[in-house]
Amino acid sequence: MKVLVLMSGGVDSSVAAARLQSQGHDVTGVTLRLWGGETDSGCCSVADVEDARRVAAQLGVPHYVFNLSDDFGAAVVEPYVAAYATARTPNPCVECNRSIKFGRALDRALTLGFDGVATGHHARVERDPPGIYRLRRGADAAKDQSYVLYMLGQRELARTLLPVGDLTKSEVRSIASDLGLRTAAKPESMDVCFIARGQRTRFLAARTPARPGPVVDVGGTVLGSHEGVQGFTIGQRRGLGVATGTARYVVDLDASSATVTIGPYAALLADDITVRDLRFVHEAPGSRPLAVQTRAHGTPLAGRLEDTCVRLAEPAPRVAPGQVVALYDGDRLVGGGLAA
Amino acid sequence: MRPEAIAAMEPFLAGCFANPSGIHAAARAAKTALEEAREAVAAVLGAQPGEVVFTAGGTEADNLAVEGAARAARAAGRGDGVVTTAFEHKGVLAAADRLATDGFTVRRVGVDPGGIVDLDALARALDADTVVVSVMLVNNEVGTVQPLDEVGALVHAGAPHAVLHTDAVQAVPWLDVAQAAAAADLIAISAHKFGGPKGSGALVARDGVGLVPLLEGGGQERGLRAGTVNVAGVAALAAALQATVETRDADRVRIAALRDRLLGGIVDTVPDTFVNGDPGRKIAGNCHVGFRGVEAEALLVALDQADVYAAAGSSCSSGATEPSHVLAAMGLSRDDALASVRVSLGFASSDADVDRALAVLPDAVAQLRARMGALT
Repeated sequence: MKVLVLMSGGVDSSVAAARLQSQGHDVTGVTLRLWGGETDSGCCSVADVEDARRVAAQLGVPHYVFNLSDDFGAAVVEPYVAAYATARTPNPCVECNRSIKFGRALDRALTLGFDGVATGHHARVERDPPGIYRLRRGADAAKDQSYVLYMLGQRELARTLLPVGDLTKSEVRSIASDLGLRTAAKPESMDVCFIARGQRTRFLAARTPARPGPVVDVGGTVLGSHEGVQGFTIGQRRGLGVATGTARYVVDLDASSATVTIGPYAALLADDITVRDLRFVHEAPGSRPLAVQTRAHGTPLAGRLEDTCVRLAEPAPRVAPGQVVALYDGDRLVGGGLAA
Repeated sequence: MRPEAIAAMEPFLAGCFANPSGIHAAARAAKTALEEAREAVAAVLGAQPGEVVFTAGGTEADNLAVEGAARAARAAGRGDGVVTTAFEHKGVLAAADRLATDGFTVRRVGVDPGGIVDLDALARALDADTVVVSVMLVNNEVGTVQPLDEVGALVHAGAPHAVLHTDAVQAVPWLDVAQAAAAADLIAISAHKFGGPKGSGALVARDGVGLVPLLEGGGQERGLRAGTVNVAGVAALAAALQATVETRDADRVRIAALRDRLLGGIVDTVPDTFVNGDPGRKIAGNCHVGFRGVEAEALLVALDQADVYAAAGSSCSSGATEPSHVLAAMGLSRDDALASVRVSLGFASSDADVDRALAVLPDAVAQLRARMGALT
């Protein structure tokens, strides 16, 4: 296969490129320039681009940089800011996968005559005998990233290789080390790539006007005030600015009235999740039992899908609007959507 | 690089490693080479040897000219106005920006759709407070030659206290800079644009033009550019410059014919194509075309895979292509700017290179368009 490997400059995509090459694929590397601002955890800093370029050079494969910063700003950063401003919790990595990596970059690869793209995500693409593509969790349960790939359908999966999905992270590092790749011991990036560590509040404040409002309890009694709903997310326990003596959680956010509602743990629980933008890897799962995952590395909950509503077997803390709700059958991703 | 430039460097890499500022015999040899180079550069650029300052390239020469002259003029109480154009090289624009943050009044004059500075707007931007005017001799993206004599006359009439700087980095292989930039008080060049090494440049600063140095220290280059002089780079710059001038007239005719064949071949065979920059006012080596519906960034990859090297916009430190401020200044839409590439020709370009480009480029454009159309 002629493959365009999206190389972030990290160890996973470095090993992805190396493995594909050793398997005989025709490999070209590309690093996406996504954000021009200053960050200290950037996925596209000059140093990261240089790491990717040098790994490609060591492997003897061509390497390019695609400047997709306009698309990234429009499809990831602006919605990220808008989501917080309207009391939703965005998932920028998911939007980047949807619009940039498996959107613009995949389209660019196909335009250039590549058969598809490869990334260093920890998940596994498999093809069933009838020709149906499946997405399974990565072999390393702690590093599984199938959750942030919930939007991949047959079109994308047929054109996607995930060469490290069957490896544990330590195996990836060990392969990188054996090959002498400069990224072998590189730390993982943990934060939002376009925001410097610890600077989220400042980043949002610079882009959206903060609107102060009341903090109320579930009965509507005003307990205090806040500087803007973008500082809060459903389920948040710390930093509420209200002393109540017992544990309180954010149970509701209303952007139109700038109201933050807090309540006891019981008020946070719900036994269904309404989902929008539902996507399925292949087809809708019907009413069979599913594992429901609502955070990137959260413990799956038992449930079923009814139309656009996920019914949980047991009540669980509510999912912040905008968060991904991924549905699994065993370790196979069925599909998912965003919490409404 | 030109073989003459490589030959000129070698003695100062392998043999004479001395610092030209020393007093021993080896230092004297280095100093002689440095001053011979200075004389050669001065002769080609129509300057006196004492008016040539060697720098580490065109950007430094532009920075030194624009910032140095503006700061010297303000210190002398002559004013604080700086006028330049919207499509200068970043080495000029960034220097002007820095001056703006330091309280200078910076005006950027527009350019017309063909890539020529708007002389009426320039005239309006000039006044008695203007101390530096910077207009490039040849644009680095679209290759258009600017009417520097007319610019000089406007400056003389409208800005009596101003010096005129010209970034002539792109001009050397094509124009007689001494004549074309006769109106300028400051002229920047860079060796790698005419077959010399990267990291070696020069600034002509006419006698009497005050400059505040960017680098201070040991007082080299008449106190205008401190730091041990890059003797090998300077010798190679001078050798490349002389070699360029010797064959320039013949090269220009030959390259213009190659360029016309390349451009004609592209325009004749590729539909929905447009040419950037007034074709009648361009240097011979410039071929800048846009292909509607094609992403230049993708086309560059397709061309590279077929061993044809082209460029688009300008490169940032990560190697990503940035949208062109030059094309934006000329009024191109963002889509057209992002669909434009330049395929540069130089003294080393051959008929075979043009054959290769014409064999590859039209097919590459057609394939990209077809595959773009097939995306679901």
